[in-house]
Amino acid sequence: MGENGSVWLPDPGTTLAGEVDSLFWFVFWASTIMFAMVVLAKVYFMVKYKRANESDVPEPVEESKVLEAVWIVVPTILVLIVFTWGFDVFVKLYSAPPDSYEINVRAQQWSWEFSYNEGATSYTELYVPVGRPVKLNMTSADVLHSFFVPAFRVKHDIIPNRYTSVWFQAEEAGEYTIHCTEYCGTQHSGMNATVVAVSEEDFATWIAEQSQDLPPAILGQQVFAQCQACHSVDGSPGIGPTMQGLYGMERPLADGSTVVADEDYLLESIINPMAKIAEGYQPVMPAGFSALSQKQLDGLIAYIKTLE
Amino acid sequence: MSHSAPGLNYLNHSKGFKSWALTLDHKRIGIMYMVAVSLAFLAGGILAILVRLELLGPGETIMGPDAYNQSFTLHAVLMVFAFIIPAIPAVMGNFVLPIQLGAKDVAFPRLNLASLYIYLIGAVIAMMALVNGRIDGGWTFYAPYSTSIGNGILFVTAGVFVMGFSSILTGLNFIVTVHKMRAPGLTWNRLPLFIWSIYATSIVQVLATPVIGITVLLLFLEKAFSIGIFDPALGGDPVLFQHFFWFYSHPAVYIMILPAFGVISDLMGTFSRHQVSGYKFVALSSVAIAFLGFLVWGHHMFVSGQSAVSSVVFSLITYLIGIPTGVKVINWVQTMYKGSVQLKSPMLYAIMFLFTFSIGGFTGIILGVLAIDVHLHDTYFVVAHFHYVMMGGNVIAALGGLHYWWPKMFGKMYNETLAKIAAFLVFFGFNLTFFPQFIMGAQGMPRRYYDYLPQYEFYHALSTYGSWVLAAGLFLIMFYMIASLINGKKAGLNPWGALTLEWTHTTTPPDHHNFHDTPVVTRGAYDFHLAKHLFEHGGEVTELDLGGDGSAATPEEAPVPNEPVA
Repeated sequence: MGENGSVWLPDPGTTLAGEVDSLFWFVFWASTIMFAMVVLAKVYFMVKYKRANESDVPEPVEESKVLEAVWIVVPTILVLIVFTWGFDVFVKLYSAPPDSYEINVRAQQWSWEFSYNEGATSYTELYVPVGRPVKLNMTSADVLHSFFVPAFRVKHDIIPNRYTSVWFQAEEAGEYTIHCTEYCGTQHSGMNATVVAVSEEDFATWIAEQSQDLPPAILGQQVFAQCQACHSVDGSPGIGPTMQGLYGMERPLADGSTVVADEDYLLESIINPMAKIAEGYQPVMPAGFSALSQKQLDGLIAYIKTLE
Repeated sequence: MSHSAPGLNYLNHSKGFKSWALTLDHKRIGIMYMVAVSLAFLAGGILAILVRLELLGPGETIMGPDAYNQSFTLHAVLMVFAFIIPAIPAVMGNFVLPIQLGAKDVAFPRLNLASLYIYLIGAVIAMMALVNGRIDGGWTFYAPYSTSIGNGILFVTAGVFVMGFSSILTGLNFIVTVHKMRAPGLTWNRLPLFIWSIYATSIVQVLATPVIGITVLLLFLEKAFSIGIFDPALGGDPVLFQHFFWFYSHPAVYIMILPAFGVISDLMGTFSRHQVSGYKFVALSSVAIAFLGFLVWGHHMFVSGQSAVSSVVFSLITYLIGIPTGVKVINWVQTMYKGSVQLKSPMLYAIMFLFTFSIGGFTGIILGVLAIDVHLHDTYFVVAHFHYVMMGGNVIAALGGLHYWWPKMFGKMYNETLAKIAAFLVFFGFNLTFFPQFIMGAQGMPRRYYDYLPQYEFYHALSTYGSWVLAAGLFLIMFYMIASLINGKKAGLNPWGALTLEWTHTTTPPDHHNFHDTPVVTRGAYDFHLAKHLFEHGGEVTELDLGGDGSAATPEEAPVPNEPVA
């Protein structure tokens, strides 16, 4: 077992994660000891009382009321302890401090969008300041998703038309994996992102930079992070067609016709993906992208035009 | 009462397709269920092997994400609805329950046959989803994803709806049979624990199954007619679906595990030749669990958006239900204490069950801790936990029951050496498959993932190797069981020296009518010390116990045996 992490649990990234771990280890060892006792008793009885003579018929055993009471009362006390302890930590896990830094999270098939109050938006990386509580207000654009950071021991489902939240306070600068843990379709397992925890100063610098107006193609490149699960930009195959050399080409469609891939075609394919299906691909693109802002759409198209 | 000619039994007293397809004999219906659920298990098992093979390494191994997502979904639907739920009650319950009660058949034999056909029709409807679009998302079918995909979901939900009626009717039939058709002298305190557990299961089947019927019907209406119930886009509430779903599916966990408790109790008693320790506790706690099981569904939803207060209450009740289950395990272990333990293959499965089911139980306690569940929810830890309960509990017990009752069912013994080898392969393979999943789950590996981070590759690879060993064990069982039908040694009347009526009062295989004369019961199911005369000549009992047992006990509060209401 390592200094903090172990075979069983990843290195804790928050103080609260450490509390969850203490509880885990208590239950783990209490269970292991009781399990070992059951198995030892079982093996001992198997060997000790192995049938010696085929016509043996043992007499019934007088059952001990005291013994029975012991193994009802002792486990009951143990589970009441872990229940209370678990309840206590659970309340902490879902009670964000009032001075938390709030970030809006929008989940959709199969990408994340993190919006900061200063105006910045990020997609594959969630920047957070170290040593400050961060509260995420989360909602979904389509189906259920779930926000999970193993190192922080936090998780909550994300539901369309409703806000749910988690909070955490990263203790050390570093990168921590985010998983979606509620099944959401083809690329569910690709719906990952990274928490990037940086110092307060670095965070202030980053957020100031990101909140400026970006040139459309640069903004588009950032927004495109939401598309990468299915669309490549280098010609490699994916769930959807590659964007490389797409702009201006004669695009064969599934119905046998062709269309010139101009700005209008690109726009329509983003906001109404079922309108024209490219030849050789399934009609599986999620509809959630119609919620992108005009600025984001302009940026995306500008970016795609650069992919020659 | 007409006596059958010698040599005739339920298998050969009449012949031809119609004699099986239209039979009202609970034994033949049980055998037909066995064929059907075995096929479902085979299909679900092959899918499991493919799923594990895909997960051998990160990235694409043998199939793409859509094929993978549909494979694990179909694996789950087949295993839960078409295999585990009917496995022990419909196969062993049908075959064994009426004989253990000393009855000629179940209370409603025609209804029993109808249950079988309803089950088959439901299974066929569900399988039609395969040619009618995709079904993915796991067996839970959470809205609104489940209603956003193609029409396959309509067939699966319709199939589950129909199969539910089979479950309800079987449960109803067993409840009435246990109440009304016990042989003279077979008081509640003398009932085999297998009967008690099937009885408790039947209560859950009758009370809980309508809820899944209602839920899938609502899902069906939403999908087919765009009525907003669960989909927020239509004004519905997706968390409501989860409440409905788990209101059935948690009790369904007890539909799956309670029959296993019954089988294990019978095995522990018979192969320890000893009274099952804490008989009344084991019997009544099954019934108590059946009712308490309705009050814990919310522990599947600690992070899903239900209120925190609900989560706390559900966590507490979950522990209340955990205690009697734990005490049962201690009772089974204690049954061997000062007993006479014989390690035949059915007993090996009972011993194995105590190991695997205990791991399933203890990890359930870990998952029930609110703060820990937040981390472990929807990870492989949960996958490992429920496989230890479902497979390590139900399937291991079902295999034990199969090895136990097989000689009675077919009058043939299987190869005991091969059976022991297979039991070892199953035990080793099962643990190698599922134990690594606890570790990677605690590390943070989410479930239902087609692809994964390289850090989990070691555990996934171990798990996949384990699935091969497990599959080898299961195929070996299939092989020697079929072989035993062809050239197996003839089974005696009571090869295990058991005391329940299917071993002491009927031929092997049983007569078409089960008994020539209504049995009179004078002792409890595990009162071996009152039946010493049966074991005077050694372990295998070769004579029926028709002439009384020499004890002074007399039938008390004997219910009048009813004829089948057919």
